[in-house]
Amino acid sequence: MENISLPGMIQEDVYPELPKRSATALTPAQITSDLLPQKFGRRGMIWTGILIIISLIGAFAYYRQLRYGLVVTSMRDYVSWGIYISNFVFFVAISLVGSLITAILRLANVHWATPLTRIAEIIAVSAIVFASLIIIVDMGRPERFMNLVLHGRMQSPIMWDVIVICTYFFISLLLLYFPLLPDLKILIGFKEKSGKALNKLYRFQGSFWKGTPAQFRISERAINILCIIIVPVAFSIHTVTSWLFATTYRPGWDSTNFGAYFISGAFLVGAGAVVVAMYIFRRYYQLEKYIREEHFDKMGKVVVLLALLYLYFNINEYLVPAFKMKKPEEAHLTQLFSGESAPLFWFAILVGMIIPIIIMLFKKGRKPLPIFIAAVMVVVGAWFKRYLIVTPTLLHPFLPMQEVPESYHHYFPSWEEWAIAMGSLAGTLLVITFFARIYPIIPIHETIKENETAV
Amino acid sequence: MTNDNTSRRKFLATGLLATAALSCTSKKNPFDNYAGSDVKPTGKTVKLLSVDGEIIEMDEAFLKPVPDLPPITNSEERKGIEGKKFVMVIDLSRCKNVKACQSACNHMHQVHPGQNWIKVLEMQDAEHTAPYWEPTTCMHCDEPPCVKVCPVDATFKRQDGIVLIDSDRCIGCRFCMAACPYSTRVFNWEEPVITKELASHDYSCETSTPQIKGTVGKCDFCPDMTRKGELPHCVSACPNGVFMFGDENEDSVTNGAETFRFSELIKDKSGYRLMEDLGTKPRVYYLPPVNRSFPFESGLENENEVDKKNTK
Repeated sequence: MENISLPGMIQEDVYPELPKRSATALTPAQITSDLLPQKFGRRGMIWTGILIIISLIGAFAYYRQLRYGLVVTSMRDYVSWGIYISNFVFFVAISLVGSLITAILRLANVHWATPLTRIAEIIAVSAIVFASLIIIVDMGRPERFMNLVLHGRMQSPIMWDVIVICTYFFISLLLLYFPLLPDLKILIGFKEKSGKALNKLYRFQGSFWKGTPAQFRISERAINILCIIIVPVAFSIHTVTSWLFATTYRPGWDSTNFGAYFISGAFLVGAGAVVVAMYIFRRYYQLEKYIREEHFDKMGKVVVLLALLYLYFNINEYLVPAFKMKKPEEAHLTQLFSGESAPLFWFAILVGMIIPIIIMLFKKGRKPLPIFIAAVMVVVGAWFKRYLIVTPTLLHPFLPMQEVPESYHHYFPSWEEWAIAMGSLAGTLLVITFFARIYPIIPIHETIKENETAV
Repeated sequence: MTNDNTSRRKFLATGLLATAALSCTSKKNPFDNYAGSDVKPTGKTVKLLSVDGEIIEMDEAFLKPVPDLPPITNSEERKGIEGKKFVMVIDLSRCKNVKACQSACNHMHQVHPGQNWIKVLEMQDAEHTAPYWEPTTCMHCDEPPCVKVCPVDATFKRQDGIVLIDSDRCIGCRFCMAACPYSTRVFNWEEPVITKELASHDYSCETSTPQIKGTVGKCDFCPDMTRKGELPHCVSACPNGVFMFGDENEDSVTNGAETFRFSELIKDKSGYRLMEDLGTKPRVYYLPPVNRSFPFESGLENENEVDKKNTK
């Protein structure tokens, strides 16, 4: 019924568990009670508390930056973009997964991904929100943000980025909202369990949804249209983000490979993030019946494919210039391969790609725990990879770095930068956490429907 | 449009008032009574031409001098000087790293301590090639990469060839700094260190002052000086005549002491531009460091400071 064939995979897509799945006798009532949002337990409270503290430290650091200027960062005239920008690229990258899981797999009629759609979509929405925030943090005059509207120049890649990111945000938000409507109807029915305030929120958001066939038809159509338009927009957000670098002359950025290189990397880190989220939600909410081992197995194959793809673009990106060793490239590549940034560079390649590929190539490696570890490696490796894309290039300008204070020759983020970057990551997780507290993280209605068709 | 008109009117009116004030012979220091609240009419009147072309009379006690004339409007600053195509020639055979250019520039623009708009780089292209000093300014490219990427038109190319920054509009994204292959741009990472007097002024694109925190700055070819028919500060500060500045349309460049036909100078001395292969088409030309006036040695910074003062 769901024979997706992933190119490059040796193993056939046949599961011994598959017939069992059709036989799972889950009643709608049981599904509903399993998937209803739950109050934070003790662990949930601690987790949320830690995230709030990290976010507040970040907010305090930003207050200091507003007060004293960007001098509180370690960025200077040569390294004029630091971890804010690499963090921005990371967020844009991770948000691409919304379109992969929701849109691409849906359009390809792949049903196994249904329980993962909402996880992917909330990661997309929260990451893109914080991508926009972090870019405002990087601005020297954030209060002049409206100049982008008042004096916007369409020739600038930054304008393209602003436009596609806004578009992507709204499409992702709608893709999160429309499939939520039938679930809101279910949630409204559980007034006692959810409490007064939440019930009010559910009513505000979804009381117009009666679940009539006509409404379902409209919703279905709308989701289909959104799924189609989100694909080019998703490709655009990351291609344009790569162009922020590739439209300059600098060695390490001046590459025609950049668009595809960024997109493949984005799909990889996004898929990795979904695996991490799947594992955590499954453990914390006991969702073993809904996020099953087969999901991990299939996501593992997807991640391997994407990691191989990204590795391929990395080879193009580094080995082709390294073959020629043009003078401006030489200093940059030497720093990465064997110089100051070598430990980080090889960490990003090995831990971010090669080791996860090796783990997940084996069937045993695609069991929940090992694949979770591999996915964490992918995500952490990806964060450092973005740093390596942005900063080392800036330390190798065409003209020698002279006549500047000593501090301009190096870059290591200040505590304010770390605090803001970590605060933004914590903020993203906080949005996801609160979302899972308020809404069912696995679509209830769709699960019931799929269960019926399976039986 | 309407904005421009009113400010031009204001300009004329204040200009007239200021001239009148300076020509009148009051014993009181006119700069003291700036608030004008305790002004007592003197009984003496002066005749003035109003903006509407009428002759009016007013008490001379009410005349206020304008310490600094309002600069030209932002839209005129953005257009540039008609009929000009400014160009600079830097003669590497004459440079011995005195850095008088740099200190004059830093002083006049009150560049933040530690940062420089003009850098004198110690260059050596390969192991066995000759070292030389290379002063670098903004190249004022005809295909400026910085202008291409600016999202808000805060940095712009004028009809006279000059690339300027509008720090009142700059959002501080620093894309221009990443785009510039000559690393010429600096950023005001903190509150700029400037005199109180300058800080009270409005920002002008032509003087590039006062610097504003969170915005980008760079060499501006001193259009405020060229508007007055004077040379940029670096050109007049250099004791060795390294910098030559002029108008490509007139085909002449000068360092103050000598004047050359620009096209002939470039032809005779094999002038070139930096990073020609990038296609940025700089407006700054370099003359190669051959038949040098000085041997290459370090440590001559500001050596001629004393001589320079004497000649002035």
